[in-house]
Amino acid sequence: MEPSVAIIGIGLTPLRSVSPDVSFREMIFEAATRAYADAGVTPREIDTFVTVAEDFHEGTSITDEYTPDQLGAVRRPVQTIAGDGLQGLATAYMLIRSGIAETAVVEAHSKASNIVHHEQILALALDPTFERPRRFNPHAVAGLEMRRYLHEAGVGPEATARVVSKNRRAALTNTYAAYGADIGGDEVLASAPLADPLRELEVSRYADGAVVLVLASAEWIADRGATPVWIRGIGWATDEPSLSGRPWGTAVYARMACQAAYAQAGIRSAVGEINLFEVDDTYAYKELQHLEAALGLEVGEGARLTESARTANGQLRVNISGGNLGMGYGYDASALFRTAVTAHQLRGTAGPGQLKDIHSALVLSWRGIPTTTGGAVVLGAP
Amino acid sequence: MLPKGPRPRRRVAVVGAGLSLFARRALETGKELSYYAASAALESAGLRRRDVQAVVMASAPDAFDGVHMKGEYLSDGAGGWRKPYLRAYVGGGSGVFSIISGWTLVASGLFDVVLVVAEEKMSPTQPHPQAAFISIFDHTIERPLGPNLLWIFSLEQSRYMHTYGIANEDIARVSVKNKHNALGHPAAQLGAELTVEEVLASEVVAWPVHRLMVSPISDGAAAIVLAAEEVATRISDRPVWVEGIGWALDTSYWGNRDLAYPRYVEDAARMAYAMAGITEPRKEIHVVEPYDPFAYKELHHLEGLLLADRGKAPEDLANGRFDRDGPLPSCPSGGLMGVGNPIAAAGLMKLCELYWQLRGEAGARQVPNSPRRGLAQAWGDLMQIGTVAILGVR
Repeated sequence: MEPSVAIIGIGLTPLRSVSPDVSFREMIFEAATRAYADAGVTPREIDTFVTVAEDFHEGTSITDEYTPDQLGAVRRPVQTIAGDGLQGLATAYMLIRSGIAETAVVEAHSKASNIVHHEQILALALDPTFERPRRFNPHAVAGLEMRRYLHEAGVGPEATARVVSKNRRAALTNTYAAYGADIGGDEVLASAPLADPLRELEVSRYADGAVVLVLASAEWIADRGATPVWIRGIGWATDEPSLSGRPWGTAVYARMACQAAYAQAGIRSAVGEINLFEVDDTYAYKELQHLEAALGLEVGEGARLTESARTANGQLRVNISGGNLGMGYGYDASALFRTAVTAHQLRGTAGPGQLKDIHSALVLSWRGIPTTTGGAVVLGAP
Repeated sequence: MLPKGPRPRRRVAVVGAGLSLFARRALETGKELSYYAASAALESAGLRRRDVQAVVMASAPDAFDGVHMKGEYLSDGAGGWRKPYLRAYVGGGSGVFSIISGWTLVASGLFDVVLVVAEEKMSPTQPHPQAAFISIFDHTIERPLGPNLLWIFSLEQSRYMHTYGIANEDIARVSVKNKHNALGHPAAQLGAELTVEEVLASEVVAWPVHRLMVSPISDGAAAIVLAAEEVATRISDRPVWVEGIGWALDTSYWGNRDLAYPRYVEDAARMAYAMAGITEPRKEIHVVEPYDPFAYKELHHLEGLLLADRGKAPEDLANGRFDRDGPLPSCPSGGLMGVGNPIAAAGLMKLCELYWQLRGEAGARQVPNSPRRGLAQAWGDLMQIGTVAILGVR
């Protein structure tokens, strides 16, 4: 299928562990200003706006109330997706494909530093009848899943420690990343246990930031001119919400999302046709699960690829941005942070971390504990 | 004459609709309410869950249930298990927005059959859901004042009455009409035969708003099934087409706006009219379901929708223009005032009503003269968002 929609403007604020000098509105304004300037448009030329937010992360109910002004979107068609960043991107993409919009904006942000104890908010996402009364820390869900994954994969924790080391080092060349560091696998394994076998350094740390992407139709681009990063295919899926009924070793939602995105993009062999994989690594073991989903591998093969160093030595380019472990975790905005840096790679504007010969890339996202929702988008170079 | 707008690439139709009962305290969980409505909609369309390619969910604040990422929690009840599942959210406007969201999926060409579910369960908030609304206000400027929705909507009603010289008796007629209409609705929570005097004799909750001018606290769910033209014409004897959609969000700074007129509703309506090719809405809309969480809002919204002159909707109401058998039946379902107000579900309930009205299946509520086109509208946020959908039959 010939791509019909592209990203033509990228606005991303550098991710930081704290941002006491700006409000979330000011962060969005900065990202929007950068994106509009990058696309060469004014907000009046945008037909529709999509923001991505969850009330409890914002500390505000009906949080879409506070989005239009800083985007230049007052009295315009604005909607909020209470979902993953890629679901927001998909919505903007579909609005353009439907024919009622030629241009669209998608926005997401994180002001994680405003949240004192995110675990307490995550606990409210557990089923109030069957799960919440157990009163466990939500990271324990990740610990359980990691244990099951390592068991089914037949590998030890060294594989996940290697993911951390690889991604934190990769982030050193990403100017948008908050947590670049030169640390080894031993250091990761020596970090404090959080929910055994999960260790402290295997959990991505929170970051503040905002991202705005401007999208346009192929016709608009042909008429007005722009450097397009094509959306070749996009998909998303939700698996079982209850903890008791879900598969723990395999990320089914990610496999379904990739299948949908690949089908639209006409991709038959991901490993041969995609040069760059940006997969969710909110917890280190998730990179392995998600890599298996992206490449259509059996459980455990992602871990063995990582142990063989193929994802670290450039043979298979996985999370060269540093991932959530290296860039920082911004809830549902994470997927769009990753989409923005990937779009820079495809355009050749990624700065010190720019790679050569990047023609096609996959971004694969996950909404975090305790969800089984994720998205996938295949992006193509101009 | 209004201008015509861009036409979508693909036609989308409603092919099924279903509701749960609306009730003050449903014993069912939100998942179960979603299941009832979704099942009823699928059954009416003659489809099963496996025929559905994607599911859209609408539900208003997570604060009601105290469930973070409420959409994820509701996913299996709504039929979203192992499917593309999406929750779009525009506060009180979410119910009517849900069809816009579902339309987007089908019109994009990525999906042919989409199930749209809207659910709200307000009753878990104790002792009263009004307390949850404190968290919608600006944390620095407004929350310290301890506002609630009754207060700010009483401000808006006052401004509306003052600007156009409207009496409270004129507003009370909305309650009388809608609660009467709801007596014919099998899912209704608060149908009643009332007089204007009885409405005005009910206690003042925040002047000039009386208790019987406010919609109730409700639990409930609604669902519709959307299909692309090639599917809809095959599986439905009378598909109801989505002819126009529109939405607009005004500034967050509601204190800076003139509350006498909902300009964002007009923005949304103009977008929908343009898409539907409607140039004279008062002639081309035959039945309307404007959002009526408060009695004055129905009148306010009829004006914003350009279906009545500014400040004149109360006069039209008094003259019977908006009666079920009047020239422009308004809220024939009984609206939020009569059927109930499970927020997102109430908005989608209005679209279910249009589906039944346009197919001639509304039973005791059926409006005369075989309407061919209807409009539903919802409103929300800080008196800020307008969402509009126009349905029609050929």
